[in-house]
Amino acid sequence: MLERVVRLNADYARAIDDDRLEDWPGFFTEKCLYKITSADNHRRGLEAGVIYADTKNMLRDRVAALREANIYERQTYRHLIGLPALVGTEGELTRAETPFLVVRIMRDGTMDLFATGRYLDALTDDGGALRLRERIVVCDSGRFDTLLAIPL
Amino acid sequence: MGEPTRAWPADTLARVPFWVYQDEANYRAELRRIFEGPTWSFVCLESDVAKPGDFRTTFVGEMPVIVVRGQDGGVHAFENRCAHRGALIALDDAGSVKNAFQCVYHAWSYDLRGNLIGIAFEKGSNGRGGMPADFCKADHGPRKLRTTTLCGLVFATLAPETPPIEEYLGAEILGRVRRVMGKPVQVLGRFTQGLPNNWKLYFENVKDTYHASLLHAFFGTFRITRLTQGGGVLVSPDGAHHASYTIGVPEDAKSAAYREQGIRSELDGFRLADARLLDSVDEFNDRIQLQILTVFPNLVIQQVQNSLAVRQIVPTGVASMELHWTYIGFADDDAEMRQRRLRQANLVGPAGYVSMEDGCVGGFVQRGAAAAGDEVSVVNMGGEGTESMDTRATEASVRGFWKAYRRHMGY
Repeated sequence: MLERVVRLNADYARAIDDDRLEDWPGFFTEKCLYKITSADNHRRGLEAGVIYADTKNMLRDRVAALREANIYERQTYRHLIGLPALVGTEGELTRAETPFLVVRIMRDGTMDLFATGRYLDALTDDGGALRLRERIVVCDSGRFDTLLAIPL
Repeated sequence: MGEPTRAWPADTLARVPFWVYQDEANYRAELRRIFEGPTWSFVCLESDVAKPGDFRTTFVGEMPVIVVRGQDGGVHAFENRCAHRGALIALDDAGSVKNAFQCVYHAWSYDLRGNLIGIAFEKGSNGRGGMPADFCKADHGPRKLRTTTLCGLVFATLAPETPPIEEYLGAEILGRVRRVMGKPVQVLGRFTQGLPNNWKLYFENVKDTYHASLLHAFFGTFRITRLTQGGGVLVSPDGAHHASYTIGVPEDAKSAAYREQGIRSELDGFRLADARLLDSVDEFNDRIQLQILTVFPNLVIQQVQNSLAVRQIVPTGVASMELHWTYIGFADDDAEMRQRRLRQANLVGPAGYVSMEDGCVGGFVQRGAAAAGDEVSVVNMGGEGTESMDTRATEASVRGFWKAYRRHMGY
């Protein structure tokens, strides 16, 4: 299982960093939860996220909005995803916790450490492929520079 | 102290010099004359300091401030600065103390009103050292701010002459605050957004009803607000505060106004795969689906459908600021409404479908006008006045900001 989670994370990072955002919803099950929050909100049990999607279609909408509607300066990410810790199972779900680091590269060459944190995942076998039923992105900091467009 | 350093170029509210976003001395003067002057700054929610001893730390301009619920039930605020050597007294964003704060540096202590009540080794040690016998603790302490509360919001001011909050806002804006903040709130989350621009560029952006459906294509595409929809903008008589609103009347899908302008906002074929995002309830029973309200100089109260938030503007330098977002719901929300608010929070915030652009557009102005300090920007939509209008194709509320700004600054 560990190897499957590592492979999922590697593919996930490449899809985002290579600007294949249309592939990003495919890492999730149809009914899912993807949320970006801060460690402070998470610890206090405050539920809101800067992104909150509880269906795969909401993830597709996020990508469509980024492609078609939203304005933001050209930028890319470089994800470094650490080794997952498998922290438990619930029925068919595997719980994993994985640290990540994201560098943001702006069009003028500015590189910033944009976000660090951990993915709190619930994973499931979905027709032979391992998919995310839940990915709570708990950022260590609750401060976001300028804007967050591309998903973490 | 805090005197303006440059002359305003033209005696019209429809022109604004770019140096006002760049000049360091002017920025220092703003902190004195506006944030520490006769204005009400939003500091926190009343529910953040629910019980005696509960405190939050925040900022009025660049001044660090402690807001704390007193033993008497009142809300007190004082500068988060030890009277001794100036260190921060409280180091956490929020917390609770029994009946005093103690500075970590030399253990000087303060009661919940900010009075200096204890000095470590005040009498010295073994009869030697200590403070002079005539040192009067009551003469020393962090600056105290007056506070006032309105609909669960706490405001603070340093100036004795700041009028009561109701008078400060004026009847129209007061009514618009009460419209949204009518019930006990519940915090759903907090985020900070660092913006690479002068604080005024953000405040103007929020007041600017003209840009909303032009910059934000998401608005137009999903008909959340468009200039051709019903709505308008209210500006307080002194120009300082505003409320803009959109009335949710479905319009003709073939509405020609935007097409004629050839504007990017009209994006054919863009539809949500999960339309629950826009599934809204008319919770204030007035069909207003969007209201953006500003209180000079640092507060935005936002209702975008059922997404509610207060945003606090914290200047951090002449070309930088932070926006402190507090997403809220009401204490009596049912589970369905809570889920709706969580989903609709996607519309706003640092990653918001309709507010993402506001995070970067101020920086575009800051960078675009970098060499244009002696040039002016044009704020002429809807004329030169600041009166309320039943259209949003106007910059009346932006001019209102400059009216209030120039009065405070002496320009």
